[in-house]
Amino acid sequence: MIIRGDEPEQVRLIKKLYKPGNYFMQGNEAVAYGAIFAGCRFYAGYPITPSSEIAETMARELPKLGGYYLQMEDEIGSIAAMVGASWTGFKVMTATAGPGFSLMQENLGYAVMTETPLVLVDVQRSGPSTGQATKGAQGDFFQARWGTHGDHPIVAVSPTSGQDAFWETIRAFNIAEKLRTPVVVLFDGVLAHTREQIRIPDVEEVEIAYRKLPANEEEARLPFGDPHGDGVPPMPLFGHGYFTHVTGSTHKENGLRDVYTPEVHDRLVRRIHRKIEQNRDVYEKYEEHFADDAEILVVSWGVTARPALGAVLKAREEGIKAGLFVPKTVHPFPGERMKQLGKKVRAVLVAEMNLGQMILEVQRFVNDDVLLKGVNKIGGVPLTVEEILREIRGVA
Amino acid sequence: MAKEIYSKYPLIKYLRKEALPTALCPGCGGGTVLNAFANAVDGLKIDPKDLVVVSGIGCSAWIASPYFLADTLHTTHGRAIAFATGVKVGLPDKKVVVISGDGDLASIGGNHLLHAARRNIDITVILVNNMIYGMTGGQVAPTTPFGAKTTTSPYRNIEHPLNISETVAAAGASYVARWTTAHVYQLIESIKKALQVKGFSLVEVVSQCPVQFGRRNRMKEPAEMLRWFLKNSVPVSKAKKMKPEELEGKFVIGEFVNRERPEFVTELNKLIDEVQEHFGLKGE
Repeated sequence: MIIRGDEPEQVRLIKKLYKPGNYFMQGNEAVAYGAIFAGCRFYAGYPITPSSEIAETMARELPKLGGYYLQMEDEIGSIAAMVGASWTGFKVMTATAGPGFSLMQENLGYAVMTETPLVLVDVQRSGPSTGQATKGAQGDFFQARWGTHGDHPIVAVSPTSGQDAFWETIRAFNIAEKLRTPVVVLFDGVLAHTREQIRIPDVEEVEIAYRKLPANEEEARLPFGDPHGDGVPPMPLFGHGYFTHVTGSTHKENGLRDVYTPEVHDRLVRRIHRKIEQNRDVYEKYEEHFADDAEILVVSWGVTARPALGAVLKAREEGIKAGLFVPKTVHPFPGERMKQLGKKVRAVLVAEMNLGQMILEVQRFVNDDVLLKGVNKIGGVPLTVEEILREIRGVA
Repeated sequence: MAKEIYSKYPLIKYLRKEALPTALCPGCGGGTVLNAFANAVDGLKIDPKDLVVVSGIGCSAWIASPYFLADTLHTTHGRAIAFATGVKVGLPDKKVVVISGDGDLASIGGNHLLHAARRNIDITVILVNNMIYGMTGGQVAPTTPFGAKTTTSPYRNIEHPLNISETVAAAGASYVARWTTAHVYQLIESIKKALQVKGFSLVEVVSQCPVQFGRRNRMKEPAEMLRWFLKNSVPVSKAKKMKPEELEGKFVIGEFVNRERPEFVTELNKLIDEVQEHFGLKGE
């Protein structure tokens, strides 16, 4: 069994095609190159603003690497094709935005239930509905978490710049492979279309993970078992004679459907949760700036983390003890660290391009005696340094 | 009794024994379809290790997954063909088969059906058309005959049924045939042909659902439904000479198309070759 993109030939091709160095490119392109460096060789998608350049870059680059670009008839078909391809051993990705992400939710749940590694990039745009199709937003924080039905865990990462998007996309693939789970990349329309300097590294600098394959026949016969105790079953790929049965219905360790026994459902869904909970070290990531001695903590994510850092730096110049906390993996939320920081500060400001979403997660981890306030802006224009600084001064 | 049947049935080797007995109702046409498919696989001597069977949701989706012993992917409602598309790109040398119902493939999944036919991807679709939503309790389907009664068309169906085979043929499939469960040998031959065609192939099987459809349309017994199929079947060649009003309520059976067109995954790989050649990326 082989995971595509793993072959030594691929390293030669990447070295030949992409010289390390600085390039001037869009955030969307950075996501696409990140995926290519991570070993993604199958992309199925449906065009939607502001994510389309990811598809365009993949359509142009993947054939050079022997990879496949499929333009499907809709978003539902795109994520479906990805799941099919993932079970044949591909690292797979799709990119979408707003309404497309909504359409993908059912099969995102299918990927959670069948433990199929895939990366879904949601380039967030304004909503509800068609909203402002060409504008950025951060309104899908909870859609990523709770968009599909049932009790399910999800891992979502969120880059804060074009350069970050390159590395976070790679990290998303590594998490997906290590935990045999779908991973959402919550990108946004602002960074997606911002052109900036992005360094493409040497392929050897990139650490790449591959999914666990069955070590023997016995493991292959239990595609949903837990032989290693880490909650992550080895994945027997299609086409190798294991007669694997994969279903989105509640299934036993051998893959066969059993929707009648409460214990089977309980065991399966709790293990899928436990898999994410007990492997926090695989995905937990956050950034801190001046957080240790901060009295006022700004919490921000994605595109807004940049003006937030600017505001904190300016506040420090003014003698205000401000700090910044940026979850890079936004789901599961880095609650433990948030709790520690929340104990030391007087006020927490949560800056985001929505009417208040991450603030609800933050609220769960700070005490009532802390002043908690949202810095929110919608309309498709990102928050500015000045706007966030004004709020910091307001609580200083 | 059941055990004896399993052990005497020569094609039992193709079934996932731990999943038996099937959940299909007595008299369901699904058994005939499973039998025909197993016969076709056996007749062509296809190693089940070279098969991936994909299905959606509903009674007919269960025919092959979990019951057929191969790699099986039991997907979300309507999306089987889209899932199968990803599988086929990953495993171009395997036979990728979709077995599912009319509600699954032609209603909610109609878009994927049309576009897979248009792309002409090398997938064989066996579409079991029982003219009703069986598993959800007998609601009206886009294939329910005009005038028929269902739980959601209790007075009569005022919508016209979709002619699946003609639609898929028009969309560009390489091979399209329609039979009923009363035409078992023709059905087996068509499935064999479909499995061998390089391109998108569809075998539509008009199948009886005595429990949900027959019961409400004066055909409670499976045999009555089979007799209805036989009495109203018209071969394609004859149908061509008949007027539309004469064909109302008839089952046109036979091969609709059998042609060669460039196949999707082959073209995809050809394109990759050309691109790699163009950019001088072929291995030294």
